[in-house]
Amino acid sequence: MIGLMGKLRPVFIFSVLALFLAGCGEENLSALKPKGYGAELLLDLMMISIAIMLFVFVIVMAIYTFVLIRYRRKKGEEDFIPKQTEGNKSLEIIWTVIPILLLLILAVPTVQATFDLADEQPRSEDGSITIEVTGNQYWWHFNYPDQEVSTSQDLYIPTGERVYLDMTSSDVIHSFWVPSIAGKMDTNPGGNENTMYLEAYEEGVYWGHCAELCGPSHSLMDFRVVAVSSEEYDQWISDMQNIDAEATPETASAQDGKAAFENSCMGCHAIGNSPAGVGPNLSNFGNRTKIAGILDYNKENLVDWIMNPDEIKPGNKMQGYNVSEEEAQQIADYLMQLDHTEVTPETVSNSSGEE
Amino acid sequence: MSNAIAQQRGLAAAIWDYMTTVDHKKIAHLYLVSGGLFFLIGGLEAMIIRIQLMKPDNDFISAGLYNEMITMHGTTMIFLAAMPIIFALMNAVVPLQIGARDVAFPFLNSLGFWLFLFGGLLLNVSWFTGGAPDAGWTNYAPLSTTSPGHGIDYYVMGLQISGAGTLIGGINFLVTIINMRAPGMTYMRMPLFTWTSFITSTLILFAFPALTVGLFLMMFDRMFGSAFFDVTAGGNEIIWEHLFWIFGHPEVYILILPLFGAFSDIISTFSKKRLFGYSAMVFATVLIGFLGFMVWAHHMFTVGLGPIANSIFAVSTMAIAVPTGIKIFNWLFTMWGGSIKMSAAMLWTVAFIPSFTIGGMTGVMLASAAADYQYHDTYFVVGHFHYVIVGGVVFGIFAALHYWWPKMFGKVLNEKLGHWAFWPFFIGFHLTFFIQHFLGLMGMPRRYWTYFEGQSLATGNMISTVGAFFMALGTLIFLYNVVYTAIKEPRASADPWDGRTLEWSIPSTPPFYNFKQTPLVRGLDPLWIEKMEGRKGITPAEPLGDIHMPNGSILPFLMSFGLFIAGFGFIYQVDHNAWFIAVAVGMGLTLGSMLTRSLKDDLGYHIHKEDLIEKGEGKE
Repeated sequence: MIGLMGKLRPVFIFSVLALFLAGCGEENLSALKPKGYGAELLLDLMMISIAIMLFVFVIVMAIYTFVLIRYRRKKGEEDFIPKQTEGNKSLEIIWTVIPILLLLILAVPTVQATFDLADEQPRSEDGSITIEVTGNQYWWHFNYPDQEVSTSQDLYIPTGERVYLDMTSSDVIHSFWVPSIAGKMDTNPGGNENTMYLEAYEEGVYWGHCAELCGPSHSLMDFRVVAVSSEEYDQWISDMQNIDAEATPETASAQDGKAAFENSCMGCHAIGNSPAGVGPNLSNFGNRTKIAGILDYNKENLVDWIMNPDEIKPGNKMQGYNVSEEEAQQIADYLMQLDHTEVTPETVSNSSGEE
Repeated sequence: MSNAIAQQRGLAAAIWDYMTTVDHKKIAHLYLVSGGLFFLIGGLEAMIIRIQLMKPDNDFISAGLYNEMITMHGTTMIFLAAMPIIFALMNAVVPLQIGARDVAFPFLNSLGFWLFLFGGLLLNVSWFTGGAPDAGWTNYAPLSTTSPGHGIDYYVMGLQISGAGTLIGGINFLVTIINMRAPGMTYMRMPLFTWTSFITSTLILFAFPALTVGLFLMMFDRMFGSAFFDVTAGGNEIIWEHLFWIFGHPEVYILILPLFGAFSDIISTFSKKRLFGYSAMVFATVLIGFLGFMVWAHHMFTVGLGPIANSIFAVSTMAIAVPTGIKIFNWLFTMWGGSIKMSAAMLWTVAFIPSFTIGGMTGVMLASAAADYQYHDTYFVVGHFHYVIVGGVVFGIFAALHYWWPKMFGKVLNEKLGHWAFWPFFIGFHLTFFIQHFLGLMGMPRRYWTYFEGQSLATGNMISTVGAFFMALGTLIFLYNVVYTAIKEPRASADPWDGRTLEWSIPSTPPFYNFKQTPLVRGLDPLWIEKMEGRKGITPAEPLGDIHMPNGSILPFLMSFGLFIAGFGFIYQVDHNAWFIAVAVGMGLTLGSMLTRSLKDDLGYHIHKEDLIEKGEGKE
């Protein structure tokens, strides 16, 4: 916590308690339950602004209530003509100057926080992690360029350090939002690349949303941020680096599924390190938290998704690839055994908010 | 039988009269009725949205249709409901408040209305021709430029046509207020409603061209193969956002300022007091209008403009809170020491103060750029702008309609029903929108078709939907009141509220020439001054003489109808070249009408002095 905000923080503890009772929102989703640096900084900033605004509101409402009760026209006063005052210089100066001062009190931490969150300092020279985020209709691609690892939908980050995101989009504007860890940032197509950072305090699986209208399935473009300890994160990276995309599955059904996958799906879906393709990268699919970002993770849902993608996410690009029900079953078997890493959402100590 | 024919003729004649009218009072009726209809359509869309969001995982309507609903709800409410109803009020009141017989350009006034109406109709035709626009009312590229079907084309053409009407209307009121004031009506004696209409017209003049430019670029991108917003061809999609918000932010003040003026007049009248701090109020209005152009990028804090731009726009946005605060305090101190009569108009006004204050406070919270990274595009923002637009603009429209209804329609709206309409609407409004601030912070983004079980969002959304039904109930009671008043209530007197400004010095409804003799204005609140000095009416500034009046004309209707036809041509020529015939026919009609207007001298007519004396005596 920095400067003024740090010093003022205890003052606002009470308003925090008064305003946001424990039930306000879901763990790992609500911006009111910060689990990361950005979200915490912003909640403090909100508290300052709420405190100032409540102060003003109370004064306005006090005058308002008094005036309406005291000066309401009573019976027999119909002919009373009040004094026609033109104004009052000193009053007018007071209610011009005091708001200016209050706004200055808010403006200083606002500017501080704005610059703080725009930090894009260290970069790879000193070993900090940079991840390329690409928004697509309606899924997210995550590429770790220095580690040569890619995945989609579930973003793995280590806790306790700043992870820098370079953000862009492959089609329309999306916005990357993980309320409980940090604020949001748009992903723009073309050359307008944005950056932000995530710094998660605790291990956990955090809910992410797309926050910019991007088409019919805008509300279905969810993703997860999986924050793990830095040892687990190193483990995850090394597991992901050693994916053998050609590995033969154990069961016969999955083997058939692999063949069907290579026939019908591989044009869009990669396994192993790859740039953002037409469809999500399916590395580590066996450890996904959700199917298509929204459905519970089970085989039935996966088959349903493969067979009827447009009913589940209207407007998405996976359509017209007709595989038979049997093939879909086999592909599901194949994909669900792709557990390339030891580190999974289940191993995360605090995944309470998930189910 | 013959009676029925006569009635039909009477109806046809009345319709023809309204189609050709250039009288600002009748144009006000046209604006109000069409704006009111669009308000009901927009309200219906809102109800469908709230039903869809009533419970988690709902599929009352499909995701695609939902996006059309939110787009059309926003677009309709802003462009087709709020704007025209405000123009209705300006038309009905401004010329009377400044002692003028009409607006400066009656013909243009009519043209502005018909352009708005045909633009709005064109936009709504999209529902029946394969899908309404679906990229949000902000219509961001490239979602809009790549949207399949013709929905976005309707958005572009419809708003372009109705936007031209608004621009014409704005210029007309600027000229009217500058040139047509009665003798003695100096700038600093103008009623606040006239002042705010003046500033709003200035904002329209400078803000709408940005929208016009944006829409033209969008039109060429979608219909003629240009690539202004296409990044793959070297365009830039962010430019649309800038153009849209350079228009879009002043638009918020275009909507709210005239109602600030209405509130000022209403508070002053029903407190029986001169407006407290009149010159500060005027100055604050001008300042809000000025600052309104310097803050557009606060809608774009998450676009990635960088911390310097974000900080500058954050601070400039906060600055707007100061003049707005000045206004709130001035209203409170106008009531202080007054004799407050809680009429229906005053009730809406009194309800506006805390509601709008909350909207203003969340506005300051949103101005805090970094914190906006959490608020942006969530239900927090939805809550905020509905507090401003419903709590400010819609409350203001209801207040102003109750206040000026006798001047517009000759009858005072039933007061009891007015109170009955107010309470469900007021309670429903807070139920609907207050909880949305929390929903946003709890992780519900804006424009979400659905949310899931287990996100703790169900209760809040249910409350919000229940509130929406209360608001609908309030609106229905208001409509019932309109019908009830038309049938049951007696004619209103010239001055039912013990008013202070010029419009209350002439009969309700005013004769078509407004003022028999141009009034002499001797100070702020001219009618109040005369009343305090024991006179019944305003001192005239001129002897009784002939009055020059403009002729009605069907040409504005034809010009606008031509653009309506040409609009279809432009939209569908992408599919088939034959549609260029529609463009030719439509533009031919429009340009032909313009040529007729230019070549044919129409000098209007005179009402003779003798007729005025007879009529005047007949009335009194």
